[in-house]
Amino acid sequence: MRTRPRLFVSYGSEMSLLPTWTQKTAALVFLAVLVLIPFRVIPGLGFLADNDWLKILSRIAIFAIAALGAHVLSGLAGQISLGHAFFIGIGAYTAAVLGGEVGKAHWGLGLPIWIWLPAAGVVAATVGALVAPTAVRVRGIYLAIVTLGLVFIGEWIFRSTPFITGGAQAGRKFPRFEFRLWKEEAPLVDFTTDGPWFGVEMSSEAKTYLLLLVFAIVALIVAKNIQRTRIGRAFMSIRDRDIAAEVMGVADAKHKTIAFALSSAFAGMGGAMLGAFLGRLVPESFSLLLSVEFVAMLLIGGLGTASGALLGTAFVIVLPRVVQDFTHLLASTAETGTGLFAGIANLIVATSETDGGIVSTLPGTSPGLNVGEFNIVLYGLLLIGFLIFEPLGLYGIWIRVRNYWKAWPFTY
Amino acid sequence: MLEILAFAQAGGQDAAEKFANATSSGIALGAIYALLALGLVLIYKATQVLNFAHGAIAALGAFFAAYLATVINFPGRYATFLPVTMQWILSALVAVLLTAVVGLVLERLAIRPMIGEPLFSVVMITIALDIVIRTITVDLIGANPRPMGDPWGADVVNIGPAVVAKTEIATVIVTIITLIGIALFFRSRYGVAMRATAFDQEAAMAQGISAGRIFAMAWAIGAALAATAGIFSSLFPRSAIGVSNTTAFFAFRALPAIVIGGLDSITGAVVGGFIVGLAESYAGAYLTGEAWSFLGLGFSGVMPYIVMMIVLLIRPYGLFGTEEIRRV
Repeated sequence: MRTRPRLFVSYGSEMSLLPTWTQKTAALVFLAVLVLIPFRVIPGLGFLADNDWLKILSRIAIFAIAALGAHVLSGLAGQISLGHAFFIGIGAYTAAVLGGEVGKAHWGLGLPIWIWLPAAGVVAATVGALVAPTAVRVRGIYLAIVTLGLVFIGEWIFRSTPFITGGAQAGRKFPRFEFRLWKEEAPLVDFTTDGPWFGVEMSSEAKTYLLLLVFAIVALIVAKNIQRTRIGRAFMSIRDRDIAAEVMGVADAKHKTIAFALSSAFAGMGGAMLGAFLGRLVPESFSLLLSVEFVAMLLIGGLGTASGALLGTAFVIVLPRVVQDFTHLLASTAETGTGLFAGIANLIVATSETDGGIVSTLPGTSPGLNVGEFNIVLYGLLLIGFLIFEPLGLYGIWIRVRNYWKAWPFTY
Repeated sequence: MLEILAFAQAGGQDAAEKFANATSSGIALGAIYALLALGLVLIYKATQVLNFAHGAIAALGAFFAAYLATVINFPGRYATFLPVTMQWILSALVAVLLTAVVGLVLERLAIRPMIGEPLFSVVMITIALDIVIRTITVDLIGANPRPMGDPWGADVVNIGPAVVAKTEIATVIVTIITLIGIALFFRSRYGVAMRATAFDQEAAMAQGISAGRIFAMAWAIGAALAATAGIFSSLFPRSAIGVSNTTAFFAFRALPAIVIGGLDSITGAVVGGFIVGLAESYAGAYLTGEAWSFLGLGFSGVMPYIVMMIVLLIRPYGLFGTEEIRRV
């Protein structure tokens, strides 16, 4: 009986984060793989230790943290928010002011990471709680528009406060991933320089990746645990039927406010890390497109599950790289190859100024879309495709595959 | 935005003149927002879908008009006996029709499968459409803005104390004609069918009304209205250079207009559009200069959203919207 899956003899075991032995093992193996990636010890995954792939993985970790915030608000509490970019911006600029260089053109206090990172979360959460009174008064589509307005107002605020943000199109420098006890000259641990760690030679990218991996895992555990608390259950009851939840004694406005604050805290810390990771950000980065990216992550991954949010994040971040490689592959096939594949590739890719095609790797705007635009169009089309054909997202596909193999060789 | 400011200030610094200029410019801007908002509300009423791709469709319509009028001169090249103004208007009409066809295609391919799906998915699919259409439109427009080839250019006339661009007069006239047209449409056979479908889809279908055809019609009309607004928003005082990659973002400010008016109210859309247009214009005219420099650049652009927040704090369903009655 003990080895039967999905048979739980106590509430505690059913609610545990990794309820079955298989899941525990899988999680451990996955974690080990993630940690070992920069050391090139796993056969077949060595390419991930390249610096550009490590940067993509770090980006996934950062966006996963912010996406988990979106998951708390949209997936658990069911509030459609397009305002995530605003809170990410708040967090990023809190970090910039607290951790930025002292005595430059922009405000900066030069405080260490253990102050600016949590503070980014706290300030963003406070702003989230301040905005919430407007947001909890409206529901559904009205909320989507209000939060959309928030992004535009936020972008204007960021543009008009050059002493904090560096001003439109100029931007400012952000603090780096260095651990100091206080303002001493040499950092205790520096994640942004190459050098040995405990005798192992490591690149700055690898160090940053490992740091962000730790942050992302902590965020995942927190987000998963929110779901299991009284507050998390209140969120889900509001999502499923808000009036019924209120009748059962769940305070609607209070929990929506908490959801906004929690989600903003994740977003704020994600923003702080994004600033530190990229080094420089312009106020225009925190636009509607960034918010939409998070909604896309949730919907592609599968709304309502933390693992879905992670899957969706990885998918959305890796997609541009895959599209870029694929387009270049198509272009080279079209130019040098022969046969059917080259013909198809030639239809898609424009290889010269006069050649017709959907996308081109040539510089300039004509003919066809450039790789960046092609990537955006594909991303939009994928989103439409997922929404129409697979509303449960990648997580839904995974569930179907799992259920198939669970009963294999029987159909059910 | 800067063009509007320069234009409003060119008329003179006299208080009455300044007010008259801001008002006339606000009314013209409001007319554009009203057109956009009308399309959004029509689509929302008929299909319960808020079309976030409206701005992209508007930009596409403006691109069609610019392309038809300046590049291939269609249908003007077959009607050279007509005056230049008429030729341009014909091009604009063809562009509007083309955009309506695009609206039909979008509805059939992307929206029809989503009827009855959760709100979040439907919102997201129109945003995804926005991303796709906007990117393609920006690529079609090219690196530089495209001139619209309109016959009025930067001509202005004096009406009382106000200096009004001819394009603004055209905008207001077209908006009035469109509003009358929409009002007449709702009294026609198909308009009544659309109202019935908006009121109760199942009851309408039981009466033999094809809901699918109504959806398609709403999207076609909505896209046509968006294209009209897009064309006018690419003309002189709004944009000195023609249709550019910012045209699509301009239309997002029609969303506050419909929220202020109430999502499901045609009257609300028009009133909301004019409120937003006037608020933006007054903010552009009065909240500038040294004393207001802390507001930074482009404050008039966020004015619509601020007005929206204030209205929503007082009336969560807008000025004319019906309060949602929810069953438990």
